[in-house]
Amino acid sequence: MEETKDLGKLFICGGCNAKIGPGNLSKILDKLPQTMSDQLLVGFDSTDDAGVIKVSDELALIQTLDFFPTMVSDPYLFGQIAATNALSDVYAMGGDVLSAMNIVCFPEDMDIDILGEILLGGSEKVQEAGGLLVGGHSIHDSTPKYGLSVTGTIHPDRVLVNNDCQVGDVLILTKPLGVGIITTAYSVGETTEEAFKEAVTSMTTLNKYAAEIIREHPVTTCTDVTGFGILGHLTEMLHGERSAIIETEKLPYIEDAYRCAKEFLITAGGQRNRNYLADKVSFEIDDYAMEEILFDPQTSGGLLVSVPQDAAEKLLQDLNQADIPAKIIGEVVSPLEKEIYIK
Amino acid sequence: MEKINAIGDVCPVPVIKTKKALRTTDVVEIVVDNEIATQNLKKMAEQLGYGYSMNQVSTKEYTVVIDKNKADDEVCMPMTHVEVNEVKGESYSVFCDTQVMGRGDDVLGTTLMKSFFYALTEQDVLPDKVVLYNGGVHLAVEGSDVLEDLQTLLDKGVEVYACGACANFYGVTDQIKLAEITNMYRIVELMREANRVVKP
Repeated sequence: MEETKDLGKLFICGGCNAKIGPGNLSKILDKLPQTMSDQLLVGFDSTDDAGVIKVSDELALIQTLDFFPTMVSDPYLFGQIAATNALSDVYAMGGDVLSAMNIVCFPEDMDIDILGEILLGGSEKVQEAGGLLVGGHSIHDSTPKYGLSVTGTIHPDRVLVNNDCQVGDVLILTKPLGVGIITTAYSVGETTEEAFKEAVTSMTTLNKYAAEIIREHPVTTCTDVTGFGILGHLTEMLHGERSAIIETEKLPYIEDAYRCAKEFLITAGGQRNRNYLADKVSFEIDDYAMEEILFDPQTSGGLLVSVPQDAAEKLLQDLNQADIPAKIIGEVVSPLEKEIYIK
Repeated sequence: MEKINAIGDVCPVPVIKTKKALRTTDVVEIVVDNEIATQNLKKMAEQLGYGYSMNQVSTKEYTVVIDKNKADDEVCMPMTHVEVNEVKGESYSVFCDTQVMGRGDDVLGTTLMKSFFYALTEQDVLPDKVVLYNGGVHLAVEGSDVLEDLQTLLDKGVEVYACGACANFYGVTDQIKLAEITNMYRIVELMREANRVVKP
């Protein structure tokens, strides 16, 4: 009989919840010198998911990287989730994954086999994405952190930016919200195995499958929902030029996340998002738990797309037919006093 | 009242601990090490209709009191009271009796004093008052290294005082810039009234 080794568990401290708040970040990024080049299709000046560099008339490269501390205690799952999250930015731009490199921080005194499990989980996801894992870099650090630097390819004319939605567009979200609340609640033993499994399945599902369908439709904007939560990424999409109405009745979320939010199993990241976004959002519902779900930082969240009304039903149908739990969650409207209205 | 030390705890742990304590007691005092945690505690108190007050002890220590017996509307009344407390909790005055900061090398001490006043101008919460006495009065004299920073503080509404007897003793009374000359009675009063006294 094969001997199995107990690899121990990872201490949990974050996922996308560890992300530096959007307010703090834009303050310092604004001070950096701007990179100007005709080749740079999407760069620092935008708040997009990845950089896009035009190489020829037919080819542009997508560059992105993402890494974070552990948000689940199982090392293999952590590897899968972190990789799925890192690969997602390429899909949010409408591209295909070409190659990836590991980014690793790992404590000197921790069992190296745990790192083996993390990397195994990650490499399987790169493989599933059809990418080549070509190397990486690892350093010692007090807590484990893992992610990927990912290069993707795309036709320069087919880049899906995150800030060009149009008034009248319908908003579609491809994964349920609440994974931040669920992983946090699970780490303190306050949610069900079932809810945790649902969150893990969602976080380890590549956005590749949704993206491949989405780019066959006339979508105007696409982004992935991560640390800034649905509302944070939606404000990036609206770009200060439009407003949006979210219908909470239609919002996909993991059911137990609502109960957990009611029990105040809430994260620091969610509160940071609330602090940053409070002025931009008008809640026309009296539902505290729902507010928490809307501010919840997502790890490896779904794609949020805007699509003209007449094309929305067909896109939703195609996504649902491919077993993607996408939902229409609202619409883009002419600019109003607030950027987002929650109904 | 039950006291909880949640220093070093990451959200939602402080909230969970508080919730558990509130099952068996009506008033809980929680110490946390970051502002976000106080905001999450506040949200909980508001949702449950409990009283909430917060006092920032330092940038790494916040004391929150949650009181079950104060209903929502009751909390509104002492709200201004709470805010005053919060302001009081953060307010401080700087008293400085020397040109050099700390003991050891005076060249180093002079540099440190310069950095101290610069750092002071950059604080999120500025002092209410800066009071200079004994060797400290030299800081307000023409040609002083910290004159510019004192000006910045003045511009931002900080009151700057220098001890008259001290300036007289050093023979620099007519060279004192920016600071208002004052006497020992006033200095004692300022020390007594200061919420906290900070000395470089």
